[in-house]
Amino acid sequence: MKKYIIVLAGIVTIVALLSFSLKDQPISDANDSFHKDSIASVNAFKDVYKVLISPRCMNCHPSGDVPLQGDDSHLHTMLPQRGKDGKGINSMKCGNCHQATPMEGLNQPPAHPDWHLPPADMKMVFEGKTPGQLAKQLVNPKTNGGKTMKQLMEHADDGLVKIGWDMGEGRTAPPISHAEFKKAWIRWIETGAYAPKDK
Amino acid sequence: MITLSINKKTYNVDVDPETPLLWVLRDELGLVGTKYGCGLAQCGACTVHLNGEAVRSCVTKVSRAVGQEVVTIEGLSEKGDHPVQKAWLEIDVAQCGYCQTGQIMSAVVLLKANKNPTDADIDAAMAGNICRCGTYLRIRDAIKLAAQIERKEA
Repeated sequence: MKKYIIVLAGIVTIVALLSFSLKDQPISDANDSFHKDSIASVNAFKDVYKVLISPRCMNCHPSGDVPLQGDDSHLHTMLPQRGKDGKGINSMKCGNCHQATPMEGLNQPPAHPDWHLPPADMKMVFEGKTPGQLAKQLVNPKTNGGKTMKQLMEHADDGLVKIGWDMGEGRTAPPISHAEFKKAWIRWIETGAYAPKDK
Repeated sequence: MITLSINKKTYNVDVDPETPLLWVLRDELGLVGTKYGCGLAQCGACTVHLNGEAVRSCVTKVSRAVGQEVVTIEGLSEKGDHPVQKAWLEIDVAQCGYCQTGQIMSAVVLLKANKNPTDADIDAAMAGNICRCGTYLRIRDAIKLAAQIERKEA
């Protein structure tokens, strides 16, 4: 009987481990100091994803080399190009129109002193990415701009990230506040930065 | 009082630092070669050079220009003989002419970066300058001619 219970417990453990590994995948081992929790992590990423895929974030993380524009994420009028450093090309630099601080009024270009797209050698595309794909991209230093987990957490307070919530008149803000986003972002990473399994 | 360097001259103007550079150029200093088109950085008519970049002066606060070098169409050359201006006259690009200041200022920045631009290079660089008369094909020809003139003069 005792032998039977031990074998049964072993089978249950193996099945549990298998279902765990097939469901959500821990992406990085760089955050071992945190308590991993795949369910909490994947739940937190739901909030992260809906912000990153909102026009205010995704429009500057396009799949092509022209940024997107507007709440409908159409191609940016005038078709400005990414350029090598993400700051545009010769006479069409982002900073030619996007100023350090905005002019008042509807449809004025949103402003930040360092307005740019990701560079050509690391495009960090959000457009068209599933939650699983985007989560994996975000934690891989080869696809996230060389960021460690600590730098990734700090990135929530990057000026160009925060400006997503202050884009000027006529532009819908991301679906949750920056404070809520930051909380979800850090929770996602601290609990293991699990990538949701894509259906 | 705000001090500006425009076309290698120093100007002192008494304006709100938030004033668009375009209004300072036109209304305060009488440099009316730079045009107002849309006021939203959508058309390129107001393009001037700020430290060599083709900025849209309608959305550029004058405070951004403090301590920087501004060049307008009036200061592009002493006698209107910049290679791009020569090419513009040779090809007879302008129709109504309203956008041409901005077109020329953008073309100059393109040619600094690219001495022999293709049609695709020109289209990409000039896409922010709109011409309601549709002189785009002549603009392309003039930019290529200006590139030739620059190579000869070099």
